[in-house]
Formats: sequence, C-alpha cells, structure tokens
Amino acid sequence: MTKPSVREIFDTMAYGPAPEGHAEVSAWLARHNGRFGHWIDGGFTEPGAGFATKNPATGDILAEVTQGTPADLELAVRAARRAQAKWARVPGWKRAQVLYALARLVQKQSRLFAVLETMDNGKPIRESRDIDVPLVARHFYYHAGLAQLVETEQPGMEPLGVCGAVIPWNFPLLMLAWKVAPALAAGNAVVLKPAEWTPLTALLFAELSREAGLPRGLLNVVTGDGETGAALVAHPGVDKIAFTGSTEVGRKIRLATAGTGKSLTLELGGKSPYIVFDDADLDSAVEGLVDAIWFNQGQVCCAGSRLIVQEGVADRFHAKLKRRMADLRIGDPLDKCIDVGAMIDPEHLARVSAMVDACREGEVYRAPGPVPAGCFCPPTLITGLSSAHPLMQEEIFGPVLVSTTFRMPSEAVDLANNSRYGLAATVWTENVNLALEIAPRLKAGVVWINATNLFDAAAGFGGVRESGFGREGGWEGLMAYLRPTRKPRPLAPQKPQAEPEDFAVEGLDRTAKLFVGGRQVRPDGGYSRAVFSPRGKLLGHVGLGNRKDIRNAVEAAHAAKAWARSTGHSRAQILYYIGENLSARAAEFGQRLRDLTGKPGQAEVEASIRRLFTYAAWADKYDGAVKSVPMKAVALAMNEPVGVVGVLCPDEAPLLGLVSLMAPLIAMGNTCVLIPSEAAPLAATDFYQVLETSDLPAGVVNIVTGSHAELARTLAGHLDLDAVWTFSSTPLSALVEKESAGNLKRTWVNHARARDWSGPEGEGPDFLRAATEIKTIWVPYGEG
Amino acid sequence: MSTAPKTASQITSEAAATAPANLPQVTHARNPGMALDLDWVASVQANTSAIERRAATLPGRRSVKKDHQAAWLLKAVSLIDLTTLSGDDTPGRVARLCAKARQPVRAEMLEALGLPGLTVGAVCVYHEMVEPAVRALEGSGIPVAAVSTGFPAGLSSYRTRIEEIRDSVKAGAKEIDIVISRRHVLTGNWQALYDEMAEMRAACGDAHVKAILATGELYTLRNVARASLVCMMAGADFIKTSTGKEAVNATLPVTLTMIRAIRDYQDRTGFKVGHKPAGGISRAKDALNYLALMRDELGLPWCQPDLMRFGASSLLGDIERQLEHHLTGHYSAANRHAMG
Repeated sequence: MTKPSVREIFDTMAYGPAPEGHAEVSAWLARHNGRFGHWIDGGFTEPGAGFATKNPATGDILAEVTQGTPADLELAVRAARRAQAKWARVPGWKRAQVLYALARLVQKQSRLFAVLETMDNGKPIRESRDIDVPLVARHFYYHAGLAQLVETEQPGMEPLGVCGAVIPWNFPLLMLAWKVAPALAAGNAVVLKPAEWTPLTALLFAELSREAGLPRGLLNVVTGDGETGAALVAHPGVDKIAFTGSTEVGRKIRLATAGTGKSLTLELGGKSPYIVFDDADLDSAVEGLVDAIWFNQGQVCCAGSRLIVQEGVADRFHAKLKRRMADLRIGDPLDKCIDVGAMIDPEHLARVSAMVDACREGEVYRAPGPVPAGCFCPPTLITGLSSAHPLMQEEIFGPVLVSTTFRMPSEAVDLANNSRYGLAATVWTENVNLALEIAPRLKAGVVWINATNLFDAAAGFGGVRESGFGREGGWEGLMAYLRPTRKPRPLAPQKPQAEPEDFAVEGLDRTAKLFVGGRQVRPDGGYSRAVFSPRGKLLGHVGLGNRKDIRNAVEAAHAAKAWARSTGHSRAQILYYIGENLSARAAEFGQRLRDLTGKPGQAEVEASIRRLFTYAAWADKYDGAVKSVPMKAVALAMNEPVGVVGVLCPDEAPLLGLVSLMAPLIAMGNTCVLIPSEAAPLAATDFYQVLETSDLPAGVVNIVTGSHAELARTLAGHLDLDAVWTFSSTPLSALVEKESAGNLKRTWVNHARARDWSGPEGEGPDFLRAATEIKTIWVPYGEG
Repeated sequence: MSTAPKTASQITSEAAATAPANLPQVTHARNPGMALDLDWVASVQANTSAIERRAATLPGRRSVKKDHQAAWLLKAVSLIDLTTLSGDDTPGRVARLCAKARQPVRAEMLEALGLPGLTVGAVCVYHEMVEPAVRALEGSGIPVAAVSTGFPAGLSSYRTRIEEIRDSVKAGAKEIDIVISRRHVLTGNWQALYDEMAEMRAACGDAHVKAILATGELYTLRNVARASLVCMMAGADFIKTSTGKEAVNATLPVTLTMIRAIRDYQDRTGFKVGHKPAGGISRAKDALNYLALMRDELGLPWCQPDLMRFGASSLLGDIERQLEHHLTGHYSAANRHAMG
C-alpha cells in the first residue's frame, strides 16, 4: 500500500497509524531471555516446563512461563507464611510506607506496565494507559491509607494470614492490585496465581516490588493454568481465597473450600442491565454504551451487556447507537487511536463468535468498520430477542450487546432483575426521582446513574446472586482480609434429651407448631418429636419440619419483601415491641428455658430483651456512607438487606441465640427462615406467640423446627434464598457451604466453634455486616 | 511577503477557485429553518457529567501522527476564521491580517507539504473594518465575516442591531456572526430567541449567518443544547460557541453539546448546519481534538470550511511551528513565521 500524501489525507482526514513504542518491554523480556520462573520469596525460580504467553493482536510469543506445580506452591505458601508472621507485627504506618512506595512505583513505571499489559492482553493502549494503570496506582495509594488507619479504626481485628489470589485475564494488573493491596494493608501475605493467558504484568510487578521495599515472601507469583489455581485453592496452608473470574470456576472454588475454614470472596460473572429511560440524554447514553460493552472488547465482568431501553425512544436510540458503532476503530491495540483491541485468545474469540453465529432470532448488527484479520471481533448489537433467549441470559464476555425494550419503570426493574447474576447495573435518566427509585430496586452490587464502569479504590465493588459475594475497595473490601482476634473454643454437638424410660406428664397439652407466613401451621409431614427436660419431664412435642415446610417458609419470606422497604424507624418500633412483649412474659420464658436446659433461664431472657433493644437501636442507625471518590460524583455506599436468609440457630442458647440472629436480620430489613435449636426448640415455638402479638408483618420471621442436618441441606440448597447461616452445634458448616454453591448464596458458618452469645461476641458489627449487602450507587453530577 | 510572482498568482487563482466552497450554501442546501417546535426544545437533554467525560477522554482516544498530523493541521488552517476584534484595530492592522489570511503558512512550507495556495477560511472583523478587509482580500476569494448585532453583549437597541447587519452586508461581508440575546435563553423565552434569530437571518440576505450563543453566559449545557436547536429552527447557517469575550469560551464539552444538536437537527430536517468553536483555541493539539470530535460525531462534511470554522487569532502561530517541526524535525520559533 502506498503511503498517502499529505494532500490526500487533507481530503480524507484519515487517522493513520499512531503506534506506541514497545522497545522497553522488549528489552525487559529479553533481559529474562523470554523465560520466566515463578516469583517466590523475593526472587525468580528457575524457569521450568510451562507454556507460551502470546500477544493476542499478533499471535507472537512474548515469553515462556512456568507451569506451577504443587511443589512450587508449597514453596510459595511457606515463604508467605514466614514473611506474614513478621509483617503482621509491622506497625501500620510502616506497612503504609511500603504500599505508598508501590503506588509510586506503578506511577514511575506506568508506561512500561501499560505497554506490557496491552501486549499480553490485547486491550487498547488507551485503556491500559488511562484506566488500568492509574487505577492500580490509586488502589495502592488508597490502601496505604488503610494500612495506616486499620489498627486504630478496626480494633480487635487481625490479618487472616496467607491469602491465595486467583485472578482473571481481562484486567491482569488491576485485579492483582485489587487483591494484593488490601491483603498487604491488613497484614497478610499473598500467593497470587495470574491467569494463564496474561501472567506478565504480575511478574513485572513482583520483580519491581523489591524496589518498593516490599519484604520478600509477602508477594509470591506462581504462574500456571487452572490446575495450578485449583491446587492453590486446595492448599491447606492458605487462609483465604480471593477469586475473580467466571461463575463456573467460582462455584468450583466454593465447593473446594467448603468446610475448610478458608475465608472466601468471589467476584464472578454478570449480565449487567443498562437501562435507558425516555428522558435520558440519549447521545450520552450511547456514549456510555461504548464504555459499557466495547470497553476491553466487552471482556468485562460488569459490562453493561443487556440494553433495556424504553419503547418510545428505542428506534431512535438504536439508530444513534448503530451510527456510533460505525465510528469505532478496531485494530492494533498498541495504536493510540484504537477503540477496540484484540480479543484475548483465538479460543475465546471462537466461543464468542459461535454464540453470536448461533443466534437465529432478532437482528444481528455488526459494526461496519474494517476488522483486521486475526483475533478481532466486531462490535455487535442484537435487537429483538425474547428474554428467554440464551443470549439474553448468558454472559457472552465479548463486544456483543443484546437489547430489549420496556414500557414503564417497574417493567425495567423486572427485566433487569430477570437474571441469575447481580453484579452491576446502569440507569440513564435526567429525573433524580426516578434514578433514586430504581437504583435500590436493582439486584446488583454496583449501580451507575448516567455513567458506566466507574471504579475507584474507595468505592466497594462486587456482586450479589451468582455474581459472587464480598466487596473489593473501601473499608468493606479491607474487612474481607481481617478476622476477629478472639480464639473461639470448639463447639460440642448437643443432642436432644433422649426419651427416658419413665417420665412425668404434667399440665394441659400444648401443641407447638411451625410458624410460617404469620400463621401457626402443622408440619407438612405430620410427624412430631417429644421433647424432654434433662430431668426426664415430657415438656411437649415439636413438629418435625421437612423440605416442603422449608419451601413454604421461603415463599412466605419472599411474600413479605415489603419489609425491606419499610423504614428503619418502623422496624425499630417493632423490635422494641417484641422486646416489650417478651419482657411481659419473662418469667414464663425463664421457666421454659430452665425446663429445657436444666439451668436458670432468667438471665438468658433478660439478655434476649436487651439484644432486641440493641437492634431496635441499630435499625435506623446502621448508616451507609458517601465515598470520597476522585471525580465529580457522589458514590453512595448503601446498606441493603441481603434478602431472605435461612438460619440454623444455636443449640446452646435456645432463645438468646435465635434472637441474636433474628434481630439484626429483621432490623436491617431481611426476612428469614429460622430453624431453632434442635436440642431445645420449645423456647422458639413459645416465641412465635410473642412475634404474633408484636405487629411483625406476616412472613418476616418464619420458624421451622426439626432436624438441623436434614433441614440444612434443603435450606442451603434452596435456589431462592440469598444467604444461609449456621450456628448449630451439629457440624453442618461444610454441608452448608457446599450446598450453597448452587446459587452462590452468602454463608456465615461457625466451623464448629463456640460463641458466647451472652457477651460482646453475641452482637455487634459482624452481625450487621452479615445482615447487609453494600450497594455502591454512583451518581455523577454537574450542571453549569 | 517574499514569494515569487508566479507562485503568488498560482496562490491567487487556486484560492479563488476554492474560495466559494467556504460558504455553506454552495455545496449544501442552506438551512431554511422551520417553525419553532417547543416540544422538541423541551425534550432536549444534556447530561453535563457524561458530556464532560466524553470530552475529557477524547484526547486519549484519538491521535494523529506524522503526515497525518500535518494534514490535519493544514485542514485546521483552512478552517480558521482569522480574527481581530480589538478597539485599536486600524485598516493597516487589518491589511496585515488579510495578508496572513492569503498566506497563512510560509509558501515553501505549503509547497513542501503539497498544499500550495492554502488559505484560511475567512477573516473576521468588526463592522468598521469590513471595507478595509474586503479591499485587502480582493481577488483572494476569502470571505470577510463581520461580527454584528452589538457584539459582544448584544444589548444595544434591537433596531440598530438589525441595521448593523444590513450595513455590514452592504459593506461586503459575506458572513455575519450575530450574537444572541442571552436573556432569552436564561429566562426560557424561546419564542423571543427564535423571532430574533429569524429576523437577523432575514437581514443577512445571502450572507450566511453564524449564531454566537456566548455559551459562557448560558451557563449550562442544557441551555446550550436548547439554544442551539432554537437558533437552527430559526435558520442559522452556523452555530458558534462564543464571542471570545466571555469568561469561558470554546470548550470541548460545549462543542460536543452543540454538534449533537446539529446532528439531531439534520436527522429531523435533512439540513446541515455548521459549527464554529471560538475563543481559547490556541494550541495545535486543541485544534486536532476539535477536528476529531467533528469527524467522529458528525462526519467528514463537517471537516470542511463550509460547515466548520475555528474562531481564533493565535492558533495559527502554533500550527505553523508544529508544521515546521514536522518538516525539519526541529522545534520551531515564532519569529520564523510571518506575523498576522
């Protein structure tokens, strides 16, 4: 092709090539002879057998990296353990110094990181240079501050130990920062497994971290494929796994870590809705889609990939969108004038293309601009699909937008929430009333109003439903790298009193039932169990709930969802009222507890009343936050109820245990299904009478008595439950965590450890945090 | 000026040949306007933060290098309304500016770049300087634009403002840059704005009319968007950002807002309206950003002088230095280029 003359360009106004140089990256690769070992204990290991990592834009091999073996991981975990013991004792301000130096280092080498990232990943240099790398630096700065403050702001907490981080290929360095910065700030060490396709920036970062004075062993990078990742997850020396990646792998990790006591955060896939109301600035909303679905070739977990546009403006909006698509420039990611770079790998491109090619419904529109040969995919818009179509439901993870229309706000919300995922959502409207009505109703961890894909270290990021759990960024993100310093005792299983050979039967028979949807109901199965006191007195019978009772209770809890939107003030009033009514029957409950446990019960009743008051107090005071983000935007961290929560209540404190878990849940607006103490269930069945007289709306609290082991499975496996907690003395933690993998509900389990329900451990921020999800709502602003 | 006579005549003839294309009505049907559609005006939205984000990321998304950069900069030169709007303007000063307009870049540089004869888009002066400018540009084909209607504030009597347009047209101005009454926008009196604009357009006759919105005094992008639309409905050929005298003049967010309005207007009516950012555009890099915005948001027709102008006085100097750097590889100095 002959070079066009200036005169010709004057007429065509062509952009021409604007390549970013890569000499420094090539020199760095050459310095390592294009072969890398792992980074363990502050140095590179000998390169071993492994695989090539390629530049997806050209197919050229950039380097050979080593496949991490269990032996490599053993070395890395040991080095991390050694280093962490010292690091945890380093004062916070000293840790802050190192994190600050890391932030500076990223800035000083910003272009080297950006070019390497683009070469390894295929994303446009504009993105790696202007978005990824600055966010990485910002993340370390922010966490330098958290390291400084954590000791004074989070007393009674300590680091977890060794954190295993398994990160994806779409934001290799940024995801490293999201895992490494909070881990180090909190006093942990890290073993990081970068994605097979994009290991290089992690290796560069690790190598350079020496220059920031990061003590050796605190950051270890073991390269490899999924097998290496699985081995890291399974390693017994790892205290926490932080994973970002697909829902499929996240589910496997949930299963693999179930019952191990490893702490876990998962940031998984999404099919994030992008809602455009008819009063929106349509041109800006179109531009937002460029950032939503054509950012990083659409290979973004929170990509706004489901356009939901109001019917009256849909045609105009699609027309504008198609015109904008025509201007997108696809090509060499190292070119400074490119909008859409290379897909990560031909294998992934084939998967995305196959999904689009298989689409037989609607209209498939591909951007008309030239698409270079190789690993490139044209920006694509698919309109006219029904909501049942796989492409409306499944994550494509490519530059493919699907679109549908709605008529009114409630329909927009219904369509948006019609998904197994719940990562992010975008809302475009100029009407602040509408925006603030819609944002809380969307099932998502992040909502952007009139913007999309805004990120900052101060603002939590993470999902709900099958998009995972845990937040990254902000104090909420740091909490996932800390644990209480208390050392709990083991919890011995407590069995119901066995039927004595001879027993007394006193008084009038009272039938304890289940409490579902505000009504006392008989167990579906029609079975009951006699309950005896330790002294051998027959205290009564308790219904044996079964799967169907759980099903009914969960349905009742869902039907009570208006509770979530009631005010904190009115929830407080009801909690106070429950306390008042319990107080009126204190003597009776004290006697009941004495009968059930053989110990004086008065103190437990008193503590239960106090606890109800505690959460009545919290109901209107567990405030969210406005995050200080470095842009003209309000980033609201809103505490929302988790949803419907199933709880296996403690056996050791039959009334106080149940109240300690129920009260924070309903105070925060959740509805719940409580499985009372299996050993001593009658305090709970008495308690529903208290609930009945306290103005609690039907279905907010449901009580199903029965076998913990049997009900736990149904509860944890229920796909319409948002969280399940077990504090049962029956060792059910592994089962609950395993069964929760179905819909990746949140879990809070005791790992067979005791908790002193009557003391400070029995209440406090842990409970409120577990009872809430933080939704980050970004509201950029500005007018004149 | 030290160009050889032959080259000079070539310049003249080429410039004359290309000059008429500077006027929008030559290649595109002139916007006749339409009835004021208040529903449409009321429905216009402009989300400031989103527009600012788009504008802020544009320089990182678009980049032109080497020959392409040179060509783009030459394009910018061809779009400049070379301007002097000072109380101390004299015929002599205007004559020097007009000479610069004919020969905006040193002749041998233009020769080397393959665009001999390139001129700026127009010369822009106050009414009293129209005649001297027309004389100084005789035979060049470069149109004279007059700022009019009580420029810059637009608060002199309505009758004199209309008369001023007629006087400037009579004096030979081919383009009239009118200023709108900001108060009509600030009070939401769209009918008054429409009527004023329509009458000014009528007073211009065949001269084409650029409506200066003085966006720095409209304060919000929503106002900018709505005022843009009303002016187009009333028949503006161009919508222009600023007089250069407001506290804030051309900005990328303002231009983005205006050109989106132009695009919507074209979608609805089929007529193309031009855009002129003015004031504060002094760096070559700024000009490239504006051009990229025009190219991407509106398309190639809006990269021609009939639909795009820069209102600028010092921009040309920076472009000349960049072009010399392109040709020689050495950073240039202002004194190596003729003063305008």
